[in-house]
Amino acid sequence: MKLRTKDLKFYYGTFEALHGITIDIPANKITAFIGPSGCGKSTFLRTMNRMNEAMRNTRVEGEIQLDNENLLSMDVTDVRRRVGMVFQKSNPFPKSIYDNVSYGLRVNGIKKKSVIDTAVERSLGRAALWSEVKDKLHKPALALSGGQQQRLCIARALAVEPEVLLLDEPCSALDPIATLKIEELLFSIKDITTIVIVTHNMQQAARIADSTGFFLLGNLIEFNDTKTIFSNPSSKETEDYVTGRFG
Amino acid sequence: MRHFQQELELLKAKLLEMSALVESAIYRSVQGVVEKNAELAHHVLNNEARINQLEIEIDDFAISLLALQQPMAADLRLITASIKINNDLERMGDLSVSIAQSALALVKEPLIRPLIDIPHIAGLAQGMVRKALDAFVNRDAELARSVLVSDDAVDNMRTASYHELISFMEANPQHIAQAVYLLSVVRNLERIADHATNIAEDVLFLVKGIDVRHHNEEKTALAHT
Repeated sequence: MKLRTKDLKFYYGTFEALHGITIDIPANKITAFIGPSGCGKSTFLRTMNRMNEAMRNTRVEGEIQLDNENLLSMDVTDVRRRVGMVFQKSNPFPKSIYDNVSYGLRVNGIKKKSVIDTAVERSLGRAALWSEVKDKLHKPALALSGGQQQRLCIARALAVEPEVLLLDEPCSALDPIATLKIEELLFSIKDITTIVIVTHNMQQAARIADSTGFFLLGNLIEFNDTKTIFSNPSSKETEDYVTGRFG
Repeated sequence: MRHFQQELELLKAKLLEMSALVESAIYRSVQGVVEKNAELAHHVLNNEARINQLEIEIDDFAISLLALQQPMAADLRLITASIKINNDLERMGDLSVSIAQSALALVKEPLIRPLIDIPHIAGLAQGMVRKALDAFVNRDAELARSVLVSDDAVDNMRTASYHELISFMEANPQHIAQAVYLLSVVRNLERIADHATNIAEDVLFLVKGIDVRHHNEEKTALAHT
């Protein structure tokens, strides 16, 4: 197991947003979380690289382990390097394509140009963007299309070779072709990283995830292999959600 | 009710219309043989086109629901089970036509001997069809399981009838033609029972999400021990 949480609770002020989540997330697989808005799936995702700590007046209880190490007591910069994140809205830095991808490497103290060049090409390649941008690496990242910008953000996250990649609705602002490209690239990077994705799009979870978890009102209602969740879920609530009876 | 739910209800309604036609075809073809009633047999032949037409309509509708609604979980199982049940019903319709054709051949001359076990086998097969379809309508897994159990009884009766008819043919070679028609009726009834079994298996998949075909359940249970 790559990531493991035990009785994980999360509070926004006095509001308990997660009611004791226990889950084992397997390495080198795609794990998807689905559930209606406000169910806690994004909150849960953000606890896994401690992004929630950036918000004031929040609190975590319980355990999170990354490779059996206590993630909550690690150096937060280490956590963010090992557990990368991509958000719903692509957020490239207002810099060149090259500078975006190399940014994390420079922050981590890598200075040698040949090393950085190799890493930039490798990361853009893995993010299925290299062939589209290789002749304009020093052009502004913000001039790329929405789908390209999102793949650039994935390339930027991959450049520091994270062990886990968290994605929060990475395709919700993209057209079907751009979505397909992202899904294909997730398949292709499974062997080098563990992927955890939050999605509103059930078909997306069904297409790409090995395991799927259903969240409702701060609880993890069911976590099972994806085929079971979408063909024969054990819980009535999951059944009602995936068949569109509510949510 | 959501639009999609209404569409699923419509799919079920079409399948029930198909079931009613097929059940009636089985009944009439059997009565055609038992009562030597050519009119009932002709009725079966005339109704076949409607059954075939419905088969196409149901498949087309089910495929459009799969394509347009991307159904999940119980809805997905309902649609895939409907496609398979539809296919089994249409085959039962074809088998009724074969029985009706045998009936028309048999009415031409007096039966040399009583109809061996045909009424009995027919009763069992029709009961299985009835139960399998009731299980579908009421999503009744227990009833579906009871159909699976009956299949062996029908198989045994078919084998016994075969032996009896073969002995009869050996003793009365001048009546072989008649015996062959009776043999065909027995065989077609046994096949109808097989299709009823398939439907019962599909109902179990629909209700429980389990696949019991080809003793899969026992194999899976063994694999987990």
